Amino acid sequence: MTSFDAIVIGAGHNGLAAATRLAKGGRKVLVLEAANAPGGATRGREFAPGFRSAGLAHLVNRLDADVARDIGLDLAGGALLPTTVLDGSGKAVTLHGAYGESIDGVSADEAAAFAALRKKLVFQAGILKRFLRRPPPQIGAISLGDLSTLAGAGLGLLRKGRGEGRDFLRMLLMNVADVADEYLADDRLKGLLAFDATLGIHLGPRSPTSLLGLYYRLTGEAAGKTGGQVVPAGGMASIAPAFVRAAEKAGVTIRCSAPVGRILADRGRASGVVMRDGTEITAPVVVSAIHPQTTFLHLVDPAESGTGFVRSVKNVRSHGNVAKLDLALDRVPDFAGPEARNGRIVLVCSMEQVETAFNPAKYGEFSPDPVMEITLPSLADPSLAPSGGCTLSALVQYAPYRLKAGWEAGKPAFLKIVLDTLERHAPGISRSIVAADLMTPVDIEAEYNLPGGHWHHGELQADQLLVNRPTGAASGYATPIEGLYLASAGAHPGGGISGLPGWNAARHILSGGKP
Amino acid sequence: MNALTTSAAGLRRAARNHIRTPRLETPFHERLAALSEVNDWYSWAGYKAPHSLFDGELEYFAIRSTAALFDISPMVKYRITGPDAERYLNRLTLRDVRKLAVGRVQYTAWCDDHGHVLDDGTLFRLGEADFRLCCQERHLPWLLDSAFGFSVDIREETEEIAGLALQGPTSYAVLRDAGFAGVEALKPFAVVSFQHEGGEVTISRTGFTGDLGYELFVPRAKALSLWDRLWSAGELHAIRAIGYGALNQARIEAGFIVANTDFVTAEGALRADRERMPDEIGLDWLVDPDKPNFNGRKAILDARRNQTLKYILVGLEIEGNIPAEHAIVYHRKKHEAGIVTAGIWSPTTKRNIAIASLERPYGSKFTEDLWVEIYAMRELQYQKLMKRAKIVPRPFVKLARRTATPPGLK
Ligand SMILES: Cc1cc2nc3c(=O)[nH]c(=O)nc-3n(C[C@H](O)[C@H](O)[C@H](O)COP(=O)(O)OP(=O)(O)OC[C@H]3O[C@@H](n4cnc5c(N)ncnc54)[C@H](O)[C@@H]3O)c2cc1C
Repeated sequence: MTSFDAIVIGAGHNGLAAATRLAKGGRKVLVLEAANAPGGATRGREFAPGFRSAGLAHLVNRLDADVARDIGLDLAGGALLPTTVLDGSGKAVTLHGAYGESIDGVSADEAAAFAALRKKLVFQAGILKRFLRRPPPQIGAISLGDLSTLAGAGLGLLRKGRGEGRDFLRMLLMNVADVADEYLADDRLKGLLAFDATLGIHLGPRSPTSLLGLYYRLTGEAAGKTGGQVVPAGGMASIAPAFVRAAEKAGVTIRCSAPVGRILADRGRASGVVMRDGTEITAPVVVSAIHPQTTFLHLVDPAESGTGFVRSVKNVRSHGNVAKLDLALDRVPDFAGPEARNGRIVLVCSMEQVETAFNPAKYGEFSPDPVMEITLPSLADPSLAPSGGCTLSALVQYAPYRLKAGWEAGKPAFLKIVLDTLERHAPGISRSIVAADLMTPVDIEAEYNLPGGHWHHGELQADQLLVNRPTGAASGYATPIEGLYLASAGAHPGGGISGLPGWNAARHILSGGKP
Repeated sequence: MNALTTSAAGLRRAARNHIRTPRLETPFHERLAALSEVNDWYSWAGYKAPHSLFDGELEYFAIRSTAALFDISPMVKYRITGPDAERYLNRLTLRDVRKLAVGRVQYTAWCDDHGHVLDDGTLFRLGEADFRLCCQERHLPWLLDSAFGFSVDIREETEEIAGLALQGPTSYAVLRDAGFAGVEALKPFAVVSFQHEGGEVTISRTGFTGDLGYELFVPRAKALSLWDRLWSAGELHAIRAIGYGALNQARIEAGFIVANTDFVTAEGALRADRERMPDEIGLDWLVDPDKPNFNGRKAILDARRNQTLKYILVGLEIEGNIPAEHAIVYHRKKHEAGIVTAGIWSPTTKRNIAIASLERPYGSKFTEDLWVEIYAMRELQYQKLMKRAKIVPRPFVKLARRTATPPGLK
């Protein structure tokens, strides 16, 4: 039997990034994946005869260039995609380039105001970005590297003058609504910012700190541009195979349909895993690239963790709010806006709409008037639909994981609301629907082994960031259990297809634990 | 006001009746109150408890010369049962619970994740999957949170279960004459149950005095009849009810520490440097690195390996006869080395003894040339005394009768 230096649990893109980095660092790595194929949230599936979904994720906006280069990801980048904001009036706003470098459909004054706000946010996000590519500074053990990051952030601020520094500190924990109100007048633009700041997070635009979500979005780049978004040539379905190719090229062994049932640990040291079928596989390093709560509440015997640690892991908030709709259509739907079908469409009229959509989610109800972003995946990847047909992917918010009425009853009602909304924006679409597949967070949890169906494997909010992601004692990829590391979106810096949590974790392991 | 609102208001008032007795009375209060000559009460975990009943000195000598009856009902008690009870407690506490046989009692302690002591106490194994944990402070949230992933049931039974400590050289004779046949077979730290008036009383050979002695636990409803049974059997053996003042003297002589007296518990500490690891309060011997993982294990072993332990608990013998409670300890009369947490003139050893918490290396490396500065109040003037102190082993008092089995009768 071959023995491995490291076992990675979960072949999501983070697990694969971690495995590849470790293998390139000379380790013999085994990846164990519960599903029958790798890719995690980018794992595609047929949702109706002849129609495929490329997975949960339908856009790339933060795949880290260093990670891609380092692990040898051969993924043909696509062109920057526009965003079309539709409020139902038929008058579209179109953001071109990276997050609206230029903008159509608003007054010249409004375009200038947006440019000023965009510039400010991109600058501020740039400061936070410095913290993304390394473990968060560990309280009580600040390293030289941490100091240089902190100093870099400080200098970055100072370079722009005292006013900018002050404004950064002023805005950092504000809500996106107040910031948008300061700069903008157009409801559709404000609605877009509100949507982007809260997508995948349990906050409304008026909730304190909601601006952080938008900063996080703008710490990402695509095609070398901050705030950009792309679909790779070949479509989203080409992402998982690219990660798999990179891993295999580096010598990683990947086993699918191989759910891990337990992590072996004794007196604070991990030594391997037990598969759900009872097979034991040992290795001195276990990298858990799955949800931190699954890791510590289900796979590791709680007796191996401290009571306080278990308590803090249990307190991680991780109830998703986003539903995913896949539609099989017999023709390409007709949304307003010249660029709509080529990029991202956001259906939102105003910030108030997002806030009002959030309100019921606080009480375990879905939004009666939800907001959503839409792509037409089969246009980039014709293999997803039979010829002449088309697929539509929508990420719809808010659809709380814990629906008071239960999703069994709630789902048909919510689907109808979503389809009615689509019909308003693309008249005739209802008649072209061949099949509709709505996944609530509960469905996502089951299909993707993703507790809570949460975008980030745990809320991305101020109290669950940096040194507190997922929780203090496990915030530096290392955990209280020696030899066991976290590497999924639930670790720093968070979710989205970035590869950073996995890659950072692997680098931390290879450095011998020294950040 | 109609009848409905009257009765609703009445019900509300009745539900608030507990505020009329802000200090709770233990199941034995009736007996204690009747015996109390000096009316000297204090609050023990919210219960009215006697500091002294008739004469502190005579009460002390009841412990050392005859039999003393001390109400321990306010002690916090948890019942832990279920298939995972052993595994659960093994993760919770410092010692190896697998080695605790049914019918045995362990003195133990438990820590938070950082290895700071939350409390110490006694763990009774009443059955394969049935334990009682007794301690000074309340810990229900911690115990419940610790239960995640274990099949256990945890119940606080402080109110339902009354407790008595019967301590002293004639304590066995009292039990024998009270009809608890077979108690003579109990070795130290053993526990058995007896029938008492249709209820169950557990008797363990444990205590806080360093003397021959027993602790009895009984359902609240049977408390008074148990007291009476011991009291009438004890008459010939000079049984006396005692208060905490006497017990405290005996426990210092025995070298036992008290949570939030000799150390601050981790959940109670407001200041970060007040928390203590087991090794810093003389409990290092409880820590079992070879047993399965337990709360605080890594932190404690790291502190040992990295030599970052900051404090040490020592027994002191101090010249003179003035108790040194809360005196500052000095090295070479100059450098502050720590504080005396408990100190008395010991009637049994006729020595001035104390328990002190020192900041290492005092007490670990520097063990000579220690002094305590005692402020003795003499008619509104402090007389400052610098007295020589010597580190001595605990217990200060070691009595053969504590462990002799079968026990003596006087
Ligand atoms: C509805 C939705 C839409 C999203 N859309 C986008 C988007 O458009 N763009 C974007 O950038 N991000 C998007 N995200 C976020 C992104 O998909 C995630 O943050 C990202 O997938 C996290 O990657 P990961 O590798 O950490 O975990 P995952 O992708 O969740 O992978 C974890 C893997 O571990 C496996 N696993 C779990 N338990 C076990 C076990 N016991 N044994 C073995 N294997 C196990 C799972 O099967 C899975 O394959 C979306 C998220 C959601 C929920």
